Amino acid sequence: MRAVTWQGRHDVRVDTVPDPEIVNPRDAIIKITSTAICGSDLHLYDGYIPTMRAGDILGHENMGEVVEVGPKSTLKKGQRVVIPFTISCGHCFHCEKLQYSACDNANPSTTSDMSETLYGYPMGSAFGYAHLTGGYAGGQAEYLRVPYSDVGPIIIPDGLDDDKVLFLSDILPTGWMAAENAEIEPGDTIAVWGCGPVGLFAIQSALLMGAHRVIAIDHYPHRLELAKQMGAEVLDYKETDIREALFEMTGGIGPDACIDCVGMESHGLGIDNIVDTVKAHTFLGTDRPAALRQAILACRKGGRVSVPGVYGGMADKFPIGALMEKGLTLKSGQTHVQKYSDILLEMIIDGKIDTTFLISHHASLEDGPAMYRNWHDKQDEYTKIILRPGMERAHAA
Amino acid sequence: MASTHMRDDAPPTTARDGDRRAQAVDGDEGAIVGRTVTINRPRDEVYAFWRDFANLAGVMENVERIDVADRGRSHWVVKAPGGKTVEWDAVVTEDVPGRLIAWESAEEADVDNRGRVEFLDAAPGRGTMVRATIAYDPPAGIIGEWIAKFLQREPNLQARRDLRRVKQFLETGEVSSSASPSGRPSESPTEQAL
Ligand SMILES: NC(=O)c1ccc[n+]([C@@H]2O[C@H](COP(=O)([O-])OP(=O)(O)OC[C@H]3O[C@@H](n4cnc5c(N)ncnc54)[C@H](O)[C@@H]3O)[C@@H](O)[C@H]2O)c1
Ligand SMILES: [Zn+2]
Ligand SMILES: [Zn+2]
Repeated sequence: MRAVTWQGRHDVRVDTVPDPEIVNPRDAIIKITSTAICGSDLHLYDGYIPTMRAGDILGHENMGEVVEVGPKSTLKKGQRVVIPFTISCGHCFHCEKLQYSACDNANPSTTSDMSETLYGYPMGSAFGYAHLTGGYAGGQAEYLRVPYSDVGPIIIPDGLDDDKVLFLSDILPTGWMAAENAEIEPGDTIAVWGCGPVGLFAIQSALLMGAHRVIAIDHYPHRLELAKQMGAEVLDYKETDIREALFEMTGGIGPDACIDCVGMESHGLGIDNIVDTVKAHTFLGTDRPAALRQAILACRKGGRVSVPGVYGGMADKFPIGALMEKGLTLKSGQTHVQKYSDILLEMIIDGKIDTTFLISHHASLEDGPAMYRNWHDKQDEYTKIILRPGMERAHAA
Repeated sequence: MASTHMRDDAPPTTARDGDRRAQAVDGDEGAIVGRTVTINRPRDEVYAFWRDFANLAGVMENVERIDVADRGRSHWVVKAPGGKTVEWDAVVTEDVPGRLIAWESAEEADVDNRGRVEFLDAAPGRGTMVRATIAYDPPAGIIGEWIAKFLQREPNLQARRDLRRVKQFLETGEVSSSASPSGRPSESPTEQAL
């Protein structure tokens, strides 16, 4: 089959690779119909995530049609399914607590040791995301092997377009959990850093959960425009002093909750961020937490900080004093996708959630490398890219 | 100040002091490996699975074969680096159903070893804590330095990985695998990624 593979920093190719096979009884194999490129893929593209190997197949936002099932899969051939990016066994302590991304079993024993050293415990697993989290092949390909297919896949009723449901795989529940972690109360003002797909869905979710105001921060005009259409007030961090603006806009109280939808590759003009960038490139520290620092400083006393943005290693100058002295609550984590599948699918069917407003491009799998370049270089114009294996190639990309 | 020494509640295998670590398996020499894993299944079920040693060979990657002679004695063939194997007869020295299995290698083992597996209740509703403690004596002379090297480096890792596999199997019915296609020409779809 054809698949988008990671070869190194800023080097993504389409290769012919072997087809996946059923390995374990609970497996299924799906034929991919849509697979999106995520902000998390940018961290891989930029070489920030350790334990990628040349040849790894990318893609964790996947859906398609069931074409093969193992003896213990509950899926049926022909079903249309969306696949959560988190691979979860459904039976361990964490899965039973609905902490699916913390599953104790999905990460194979041979790939668990490094994260145990790094984080104290072996981490959960995801599709197409480095060997630290299991080394499972991703779905930016024609076919995908889905382990534990009796637990994760979301069966899609007929008549719902791929574009309407694909994001149940990651960014929609991620925005939702980010807002849930902000513990929104009536009257609350929520500040959201980053207006990429995760930020946009966090804005939508926060408003659905009853936020009084959402203030969104980025610098790309088109992304800010989408945030505005969603119902947020917007701030351009290149034009405005963000902390001052948030202070003034909230009458000196500050946002009740701050959500960091930026993650480890925060842009920034401050000297701290420049030092962080140098350190990241020399592997002295991996993460550039400029947005997170700002979120913690801007948050009101006794407020909440929610961090869906991905961090992987160490961060310098983390404002622990502000966190403690102001009595902030900090919540984070890879999304427990399966926990939110039913409620979000229902809201999509009922028309309460729109997932299509941010899709800017559809492209063929063969155009994958060009799309990665665009996703990286033209963030303002490319707000979400969906690859479709069957689609015809664009001319002379 | 009182002169009696206050001893903490830590499992002996986590002691900084080597002599205390050795007490974990009434040993006095060699190296000690200790590891606890929580398995979300009832204690009796986990014990029964383990007690039927033949089950372990199918799940533990480093165990090539276990021939069970009778309930008291079994022959173990375990992988070692360079495609080699090490073998021994294990004799059950203690068996408390649902609680404990202890063993010792018989004479002429390639690697002398003894150990115990305890089955402890986790907090209510949280299954069973399986605590494996293994002591082994690096072999003398003839088998060569490679075994000693292997033993210094590997057993902790191997024990940890094999315990994880047992947990996976008992909790999910399968041993997790990321065997996957990739763009690396050397790998077939079902080859382990690492
Ligand atoms: N927790 C999870 O399970 C999960 C799931 C999906 C994505 N993520 C993470 O969420 C983050 C966002 O994902 P995305 O797909 O929206 O990515 P994206 O790259 O499309 O969006 C990030 C946005 O942040 C903006 N930004 C950069 N620095 C900023 C700053 N200092 N202040 C304000 N805005 C700034 C960028 O301009 C960009 O628009 C990434 O770190 C991604 O890895 C986490
Ligand atoms: Zn994603
Ligand atoms: Zn699990």
